Amino acid sequence: MFEQLKKNLEEFGFPVLPDEKTGELQWIDVRELKIRYIISINNIKPFFDGLRNGKLITTKCKKCGELYFPPQKDCPKCKMSEMEWVEIKREGTLETLTVIFVRPPSFGVYDPYTVAIAKLDDGPRILAWLRGDPRQVRPGQRVRVEVSRRKEGYLMYELVPI
Amino acid sequence: MSENVAVVGVGHSKFGTRKDVNMAELAWESIKPALETSGIEQKDIDFFVVGYAGLGGSEAAMPSVIAEYAELSPKGSMRVEAACATGNAAIRVGYTAIKAGIADLVLVVGIEKMQESPNPTVIELIGRFGSYFWEFENFGLTFPGYYALHGTAYMMKYGATEEDFARVAVKNHYYGAKNPYAQFQKEITIETVLKSPYIAWPFKLFDCSPITDGSAAVVLASEEKVKELGIDERIWILGQGTGTGTANLSKRESFTSLASARYAAEIAYKMAKIDMDDPTKYLDGANVHDCFTAPEIIAYEDLRFCKPGEGYKMIREEQTYIGGKIPVNVDGGLKAKGHPIGATGVSQAVEAYKQLLQKAEPGRQADIKKGRWLAHNIGGTGHFAYVTIYGLEKR
Repeated sequence: MFEQLKKNLEEFGFPVLPDEKTGELQWIDVRELKIRYIISINNIKPFFDGLRNGKLITTKCKKCGELYFPPQKDCPKCKMSEMEWVEIKREGTLETLTVIFVRPPSFGVYDPYTVAIAKLDDGPRILAWLRGDPRQVRPGQRVRVEVSRRKEGYLMYELVPI
Repeated sequence: MSENVAVVGVGHSKFGTRKDVNMAELAWESIKPALETSGIEQKDIDFFVVGYAGLGGSEAAMPSVIAEYAELSPKGSMRVEAACATGNAAIRVGYTAIKAGIADLVLVVGIEKMQESPNPTVIELIGRFGSYFWEFENFGLTFPGYYALHGTAYMMKYGATEEDFARVAVKNHYYGAKNPYAQFQKEITIETVLKSPYIAWPFKLFDCSPITDGSAAVVLASEEKVKELGIDERIWILGQGTGTGTANLSKRESFTSLASARYAAEIAYKMAKIDMDDPTKYLDGANVHDCFTAPEIIAYEDLRFCKPGEGYKMIREEQTYIGGKIPVNVDGGLKAKGHPIGATGVSQAVEAYKQLLQKAEPGRQADIKKGRWLAHNIGGTGHFAYVTIYGLEKR
């Protein structure tokens, strides 16, 4: 497509192409947009320290005892922001799963991957990739949370059947 | 203020791959018939609402693009976004404006031109309708993936099969084939679905709604305006409920139902004075949000057309075809009609108007005996839920 576009640009003076199927004339944008977000993790730093040590650390409200995962700065129930960081047990039960065959381009380095949700024994649910053959597991399967290094080079948790 | 609000005019573009028009031209395709069927002019409009999720299309200032092209300037406007429920959310804004008494005639336009961006870009963007960091950034969830997590949970809990899901696609293509505005006007078989490649297990290509260009428009009017203009062809909004779900799916209790949709349905039924233990007794049909096949089945249950766990039996027994317990998506649904995100909820209102006034195309007109039609429009995976009930007689 880009070869033809270049040719048309030179010959006709415009970045135009007829649509492949219908022949209807299209202007092919010469501006390209790339987006990379910058997201604050300033209030959940201990979570990442935990992952570095292979642990799942999250926030618990000091007043009402509510356990939050993913970790968060504020307790909306008490309208308080005094949280303690606690380690949660890294075991639970699989509730559902899917295998992502058609991947977003930004996940193009990966083969189809399994995304699963498990309910941890301590209460919170967790969504993560599931290691291993998805055909060998069903909801109800016991799983453990493990931290591993991703292809992108950073540490993240995943679910592993026990 | 106006106790009752009516839909007095409708317009619908052809849905599909619309390389023949730009965004303003696509919007005009539905605005023009909406004005014509309501018998009003642009100058009569007090306010207009544009449902536009901005997913794939080049234009950012869509209400202004429309104001310029459709001669609506300097009238006030608002762009509304609620992911795939954007269309019904736009209707919500128009409805509440009229109910509050600050407008008498409101034009609601839903539009999306998703094919202005390459397919992979749309897949990338649409996978972000949840929790960006905890679901997309780290685990690459896609939009089919979000609903597939529900499809799996549903199959495992109730014993439904991939074949049951396929039956929804077969039904919706059957009716899409009879809808000249649909993206896919071709019937398919269960085998077509089962043999198509996996997108997000258990969903295959034919379990998924397509990436679509399209627009739809309705004119809403106060009770006083309907009387003043002597408009006979109209339907009334009898009830509307909205609900919101958590961003993270991991914060949900169930994956076989959408709590926000159940909540929205209860509010809408109460407002429309419909017995929520047996709503099909009051409804001639419904449009539900079948962005994938399994969510149509889950919608039957969330809307109480059947008991939890029995939705798949309704499609197995063809209870949602015309002639069954309640016809559902007899315009082809999102699955075959197409799903231009911002336009879908408005398109459902257009369908309610056509069905209740018996203007649907041959072969897809439901029997209108009770005079009520339901529209169920979901954004994200139950992140936003809108249920609207339309009727021939006002409340």
